[in-house]
Amino acid sequence: MEQKEPIIRLDHLGKEFHTVNGTVKALEDINLDIYAGEIFGIIGLSGAGKSTLVRCINYLEVPTAGDVVFEGISMKGLDRAGINQVRRSMGMIFQQFNLLSQRNVLKNVCFPMELQKTPKDQAVKRARELLDMVGLADREKAYPAQLSGGQKQRVAIARALATNPKVLLCDEATSALDPNTTKAILQLLKEINRKLGVTVIVITHEMGVIEAICDRVAIIDKSHIAEVGSVSEIFSGPKSAIGRQLIMGDTVHADFGDSKLVRIIFDGRASNEPVLANLILACKVPVNIMYAATKDVNGTALGQMIIQLPKDEGEEKRVMNYLATAGIPHEEVTRDDF
Amino acid sequence: MTFDAATMDMILKGIQETLYMVGVSSVLSYLIGIPLGIVLVVTDKNGIRPIPAVQTVLGIAINLLRAVPFIILLIMVMPITQALVGTLVGSKAIVPPLVIAAAPYIARMVESSFKEVDAGVIEAAKSMGAGTFQIVWKVLLPEAKPSLLVGAAISITTILGYSAMAGFVGGGGLGAIAINHGYYRYELGLMLVTAAILVIIVQIIQEVMMRLSRATDRRIR
Repeated sequence: MEQKEPIIRLDHLGKEFHTVNGTVKALEDINLDIYAGEIFGIIGLSGAGKSTLVRCINYLEVPTAGDVVFEGISMKGLDRAGINQVRRSMGMIFQQFNLLSQRNVLKNVCFPMELQKTPKDQAVKRARELLDMVGLADREKAYPAQLSGGQKQRVAIARALATNPKVLLCDEATSALDPNTTKAILQLLKEINRKLGVTVIVITHEMGVIEAICDRVAIIDKSHIAEVGSVSEIFSGPKSAIGRQLIMGDTVHADFGDSKLVRIIFDGRASNEPVLANLILACKVPVNIMYAATKDVNGTALGQMIIQLPKDEGEEKRVMNYLATAGIPHEEVTRDDF
Repeated sequence: MTFDAATMDMILKGIQETLYMVGVSSVLSYLIGIPLGIVLVVTDKNGIRPIPAVQTVLGIAINLLRAVPFIILLIMVMPITQALVGTLVGSKAIVPPLVIAAAPYIARMVESSFKEVDAGVIEAAKSMGAGTFQIVWKVLLPEAKPSLLVGAAISITTILGYSAMAGFVGGGGLGAIAINHGYYRYELGLMLVTAAILVIIVQIIQEVMMRLSRATDRRIR
């Protein structure tokens, strides 16, 4: 990834909040490179600091340490006008849509252009193009209160793109929407990324969102970045405890007994083969499936399975040998890993 | 109950004077109160341009003015009244004290209307690079408009109530008639009639403002 300059670089970024109960570290030593044209996901549980992180990118929150570098320009050194200038190159959409309730759809989309004094006829023309693109050309006279959640988010997306930004920041943009609407909005974001080349940064607490559209993902936990990588990498082999938890969910807190546990990783190649059936036939031992999930990540079947081996040491060894010789990616795991 | 022509004339003149006092004072109070309300919200420690020192000083000044009973304020500001309108009697003389009493009240009403504006919408405007003035003019004022109109009904009614005290300092209007004729001369019928007219005026102000607020509020489907 060294061959190109990142469009956004977070450099030892930190953010502290001073409250009556003392200082709270929301972010600490965050280093991230986000490249032009990618869809970058930032996932974490609530309270992990992801919303603060996305607000640091456009300086809605001013970092207390480190720097944000946008297209080679350090934002730390910018004055108010300079920051406003950068913000116009970054669109943002929100969980609660944040449309102006007293303006109709067309005027909402015109709003950012009005702020930068675009001539009105030009702004209206551009707004109509965008509304057409998000599929709301026929609702330009409607007010936000007359729209569904999905429609409101479409208006918000059109509004965020009005000034031709290079980056689109999405703060839990689908978290207030039902599953079908979520799918449609994610599809739209992907289309915008592919067609317009806008770099999209997605903040979410749902792994499904990351799987659906992201190229790369950063997992954030307790104010720190736990791991960063391509979605398929992280999905097939999460290295951090939080990564495993996010990918496997809460299904693995059951009592496993005390025999050995092995995690089999399906990296796409292995998922076409009946790995487990072959293993059982070859080794002639029963194994217990503790957890299994396969997901379609960008057209590749990725997944993992946790199996419990027999207590008998000889049988256990046979299974391990089989996995090694068959070249199936696997690792021994302990209960503490989940 | 019937009144002679002179009394009818007096009542009509009273209505006119009341409307004049309330109208002029309301307009002037809003011209002062809205900017003060904006400053209170914008400079708040969680506002769009926090300047806590300004917020605190302005807040205290407003509370001081609001704490003084109107009838006392009326007397205290007499030098200002004299300087501004050149007289201490009549309907004109009641306008400066009314404005001085109402502007801080309106500032607080405006402040509370602005605080109802969704913080997320302000954040969205900021994310688009909106400056402080643009946020006030294009987000806070239009988004708060329905609430500002409801607040105006309350504020104007309060000014109407204050204006009735003009009678004590030789001002005019319905309040003065009620006091001078109804109270001092025991003309109970006249007092009831002026009170009834005041009630009707309040009803009209309230109804007009509420309808205006509802008709222009786009949050209602």
